[in-house]
Amino acid sequence: MSNLLNGKPGESRLFMGNEAIARGALEAGLNIAAGYPGTPSSEIIESLARLPKEAGVYVEWSVNEKVALEVAAAASFAGLRSICVMKQNGLNVASDFLLHLTGSGTRGGILLIPCDDPGALSSVNEGESRAFAKLVEIPLIEPGDFQEAKEAVKWAFELSETLRQIVMVRSITRLSHASGSVVLGEMPKREAKAAFRHNGFVLDPMEGPVLSAPVTYRHDLQQDKLKKAKELFETSPFNTYQGPEKPELLIISTSASSLYAKEAVSLLGMEGRVGLFKLATTWPLPSKLMAQMLGKAGRILFVEEVMPFTEENVKVLAAEMAGTLGVKTFFGKRDGTIPMTGELNPDIVTAALAKIFGIAWTPQPPDYAQKAGQKAFFGAPGRDLTFCPGCPHRASFYSIHSVLARDAREGFVCGDIGCYSMAVLPSGFSTLKTLHSMGSGTGVASGFGKLGPFGLNQPVVSVCGDSTFFHAAMPALANAIHHKADILMVVLDNSGTGMTGFQPHPGLSRDAQGNEVPALDIAEIAKAMGATVRVSDPFDVPGTQKIMHGLLDNVPGVKVLILRQICALSPEKKGKRKFDVMVNPEVCLGESCGCNRLCTRIFRCPGLVWDKARGKARVDEVICAGCGVCASICPVGAIMRVEAE
Amino acid sequence: MGTRLWKDPVNIIITGVGGQGNVLASRILGNALTAKGYSVTIGETFGASQRGGSVMSHLRVSEKGAWSPQIPRGGADVVVALEPVEALRVLVRYGNPGVKVVANTRSIYPVGVISGEQNYPAMEDVRAWVAELSSASWFVDATDAAMRLGGPIYGNIMMIGALAGTGALPLDRGTFEAVMAATMPGPKLAANMEAYDIGVAMVA
Repeated sequence: MSNLLNGKPGESRLFMGNEAIARGALEAGLNIAAGYPGTPSSEIIESLARLPKEAGVYVEWSVNEKVALEVAAAASFAGLRSICVMKQNGLNVASDFLLHLTGSGTRGGILLIPCDDPGALSSVNEGESRAFAKLVEIPLIEPGDFQEAKEAVKWAFELSETLRQIVMVRSITRLSHASGSVVLGEMPKREAKAAFRHNGFVLDPMEGPVLSAPVTYRHDLQQDKLKKAKELFETSPFNTYQGPEKPELLIISTSASSLYAKEAVSLLGMEGRVGLFKLATTWPLPSKLMAQMLGKAGRILFVEEVMPFTEENVKVLAAEMAGTLGVKTFFGKRDGTIPMTGELNPDIVTAALAKIFGIAWTPQPPDYAQKAGQKAFFGAPGRDLTFCPGCPHRASFYSIHSVLARDAREGFVCGDIGCYSMAVLPSGFSTLKTLHSMGSGTGVASGFGKLGPFGLNQPVVSVCGDSTFFHAAMPALANAIHHKADILMVVLDNSGTGMTGFQPHPGLSRDAQGNEVPALDIAEIAKAMGATVRVSDPFDVPGTQKIMHGLLDNVPGVKVLILRQICALSPEKKGKRKFDVMVNPEVCLGESCGCNRLCTRIFRCPGLVWDKARGKARVDEVICAGCGVCASICPVGAIMRVEAE
Repeated sequence: MGTRLWKDPVNIIITGVGGQGNVLASRILGNALTAKGYSVTIGETFGASQRGGSVMSHLRVSEKGAWSPQIPRGGADVVVALEPVEALRVLVRYGNPGVKVVANTRSIYPVGVISGEQNYPAMEDVRAWVAELSSASWFVDATDAAMRLGGPIYGNIMMIGALAGTGALPLDRGTFEAVMAATMPGPKLAANMEAYDIGVAMVA
């Protein structure tokens, strides 16, 4: 990751979209940044957390997105500038507070920055943040490239302070996790002083108490703010048009889709026939500008991700203005020209354009495509996702899976969100049977745990990670304990938010900026809440399995088993081997063992491979992380481990 | 701005397997080209893909400005594969008869191969297929050379050296060294520059 402070104003730097957003906030005089980790948003907070203390920015990884928004809002109430960052589904978590915050209004500039993941490249949903902007009636800006991401963030702070309202700046994976050249701007001097004024008249937006009541009065005010935003959006420099004065087709695009649209027009050589209207201020729509743009052409194509948000909003405007604009022909998601779900790319947009104009388009010579397809079909075996070599989750799920299989009552595991979600796959022994949102494994298990009287006699297990425990699983655990649900909750404690790059959480003794902070002990919390608690090291496979059997067989009510072993990618562990591991070819019985290649067919660690030529297992020393767990699973003890030097 | 590009944009795909350091390699290359005054756009797929899946970085080098972070179908000019069969996978979607390929010979078996459900092809076959699907291809033993130098991660710098050696990009040793020097101490820099030189020599 880049140091956001390096380089002089006017210099060009290669920035990830997330870094461009963070730099934009700094150029606007950011004071406070809060968020919860989630791909593709995490690097915004991470790059800010790495700033030196002198930068004067307070940065925290909050316990969850709702609290992050509350922390950022407090800064705004005290007159400071703040941002709140999350991935798309986090906005659902934050939305209760958001609804009320938009009613109360804000003071210092505050931006809500959700990063959506069209195509669910790193998600288990394709949630749309933009719908929330409309739902809670706040302005929404969608930058179209890297430079604009920085500039739009700066501008959005001004807008927020003009309106005294939170402003949403929405990014997506192909912007947040892409990189491009960004020209640096001036950094301001930081002289912010925080003070919360609350003794003024109850309706005074800057001096009174901050609340969403009286509701109808403040709701009217909120609508006035939207009208004001609309006026300011009419002249926004981020809405741009490129193309002929009277194009045969107008493309209205948002976010990174604008880059796809531009490329599609260039690939088909249609610069003289198609107009490109890149719309950044997507809610509320600037109606005068929209009328001017819609007036350019009789045919309009919408290119956006994921849902037809702008398409539908523009169609409402077009219907209202039909008397002056006339009837338009629209292409987009609603008529199937562009797919309704999934992420877009230049090819999809090119194909849509080619279809509208009746042009043949073959991006690859057909014989080449056919030949390459055939060779890859046989020659490029697919790559399922898997746990890293040395990952504690492989050992944990091996034990959970083995214990439930031996128990023979068809027990099952309710899954949760993290790297361990991959235990739905064969790499995690297909252990997880439900998978939804943060903390939901234990909530769903709590429900299953009450179905005994209805005849459900299967053991119910839930898993969650250490960060997820604090984020959303604690209320579910309280519910399960209070209602005497019969469940085993396994906390996969790898000492960090592993999936997103090892961010700290309340269970750790360092915060986002490296300060020493009190660590909350998950075992003590669960004990105090009333659960039967055990702790084990998942790398101790027999010991862990014995504890699990004991809990499932003998202990009623809520059991919490904490499997504690640090993530293999953690800074403490990465590149350090505990054991040198090798297969003794004299002992390995190969195909004749009778275990049917348990070590590779079932255990599936990338570091332990089947040597076809010799018909025996072999450790790949480039990949092996030296956890030594595989030594516990070989039935004949052919896998040897010795303490590494 | 350095030398004029032979086309605009030049499209490079760096492909590999999660954990190989693909993202860092594309970033180093992007920084070197930015330092030369080009406008660089990089699209990356990482996150869940980090865990053993295929990972691709799309680099677009231009004199004009930002491009789509996804290269269009059939649009790759050079494919750099940190793992050999990943080259083949990329060519299906992004290849064309003019594409050049630089591939590391060190295999990383997918879990489906480890478990015995899938087969991993013989290296001679991969070489022949890639040769047939490209205008020029180089298979280099970067990981083996990197292990001799001190660790598999140097393999990525060798692959960047090899890419520079193909002449597809206006990348010179001096700029590369300056960019690397800004982020690492002297002894580490020397080892990385040695890796770069080995890479250049591998395609000579």
